[in-house]
Amino acid sequence: MINKKVANVTEAMQGVKDNMTLMLGGFGLCGIPENAINALVQMNVKGLTCISNNAGVDDFGLGLLLHKRQIKKMISSYVGENDEFERQMLSGELDVELVPQGTLVERCKAAQSGFPAFYTPAGFGTEVAEGKETREFNGKMYVMEKAFEADFAFVKAWKGDVAGNLIFKGTARNFNPAMCGAAKITVAEVEELVPVGTLDPNHIHIPGIFIQRIFQGEVYEKRIEQRTVRQRSN
Amino acid sequence: MLDKTGIAKRIAKEVKDGYYVNLGIGIPTLVANYVRNDIEVEFQSENGVLGMGPFPFEGEEDADIINAGKQTITTLPGASFFDSSMSFSMIRGKHVDLTILGAMEVSEEGDIANWKIPGKMVKGMGGAMDLVASAENIIVAMMHTNREGESKLLKKCSLPLTGVGCVKKIVTNLAVLEVTKDGFKLLERAPGVSVEDIQKATEGKLIIEGDIPEMKL
Repeated sequence: MINKKVANVTEAMQGVKDNMTLMLGGFGLCGIPENAINALVQMNVKGLTCISNNAGVDDFGLGLLLHKRQIKKMISSYVGENDEFERQMLSGELDVELVPQGTLVERCKAAQSGFPAFYTPAGFGTEVAEGKETREFNGKMYVMEKAFEADFAFVKAWKGDVAGNLIFKGTARNFNPAMCGAAKITVAEVEELVPVGTLDPNHIHIPGIFIQRIFQGEVYEKRIEQRTVRQRSN
Repeated sequence: MLDKTGIAKRIAKEVKDGYYVNLGIGIPTLVANYVRNDIEVEFQSENGVLGMGPFPFEGEEDADIINAGKQTITTLPGASFFDSSMSFSMIRGKHVDLTILGAMEVSEEGDIANWKIPGKMVKGMGGAMDLVASAENIIVAMMHTNREGESKLLKKCSLPLTGVGCVKKIVTNLAVLEVTKDGFKLLERAPGVSVEDIQKATEGKLIIEGDIPEMKL
């Protein structure tokens, strides 16, 4: 067993510097690496390029980094929930690359899998395709999209073992698996870190080979963005 | 004239037994409430769930189980969770049978714009570009005109496009229309709406053939 465990989030963040490109898992506030994000706020690293499907909300998730102007560029598919983000983008303070969601995840996956680029139909004929190579296959047009190159990937899983094997829960899985091993260093934070041999190998979603560092997060707020419920009928 | 619920009810009639369906945010989300309960349908949400159920009862919300609108949801027996890559394999790979989404503008050639108003509103395309680029069966749910009363069914879209030549059917508060190579073909009128009303609210080419029936909800 190759041990990937680090003592705490501080150790997990070693090597993160200004102007780096980071991948961060999550969809909305679901499955985001809360502890790593809080550490980035504490470290006050600046000039970051962040690859993440969303940009958090004003006072949680990546919104915390935006608030402190730590992010130079965001690469996302949907940023509608964040007023500060919209303000910084429209005023030109923040550079933004909007990428179709399926393309965003596949650009992570391509980096993980060793593909330099791929073709997708998404965005053909739109401004997303501007300046990109396009090509026809079987009578349909496709856009060439390139793999991301990132320094760190921060992912969040439900359970993990010290060998770095991960299991996700519910829709908190989202972008996290595709980001594992898609950057030079992948840091996984988990709600529960268990000894090796505890997790059934049949149930592992991401094998530890993709993970360099793993730690158990101290606290998870797991904030709900849109609390929707139905009434009980009697 | 229909309200948003009426549009959702009409679209629900397009959902067939055995369909896997992706619902966009807004009016499309309401469609799930009106699908006949004697057919088997599974709802896919692109953040990674198939077999979505209703909202949870109060106190049973789980932060780890949401839909693409970030709303807390439940799952039904037979549901599955998966990552974003597999989710878009379902979408790009044409395994999803029906996609229902909102739009700001649709052109008579089936182009759709729904993600950006330059200089004003930039929320992003989310999964919409992937959905419209691949789905063979796309229904747009929207109001026929915008807040200023201007037509949203145009000759050409004025806003940045989400996809080209992809919309097949449109259900608005006024009408059901099919996108054909010759323009918007009027299929049905909303209750109490005349063909003239629809013509007046449609900037793109409207094709009217014979008597146009009133829609049944």
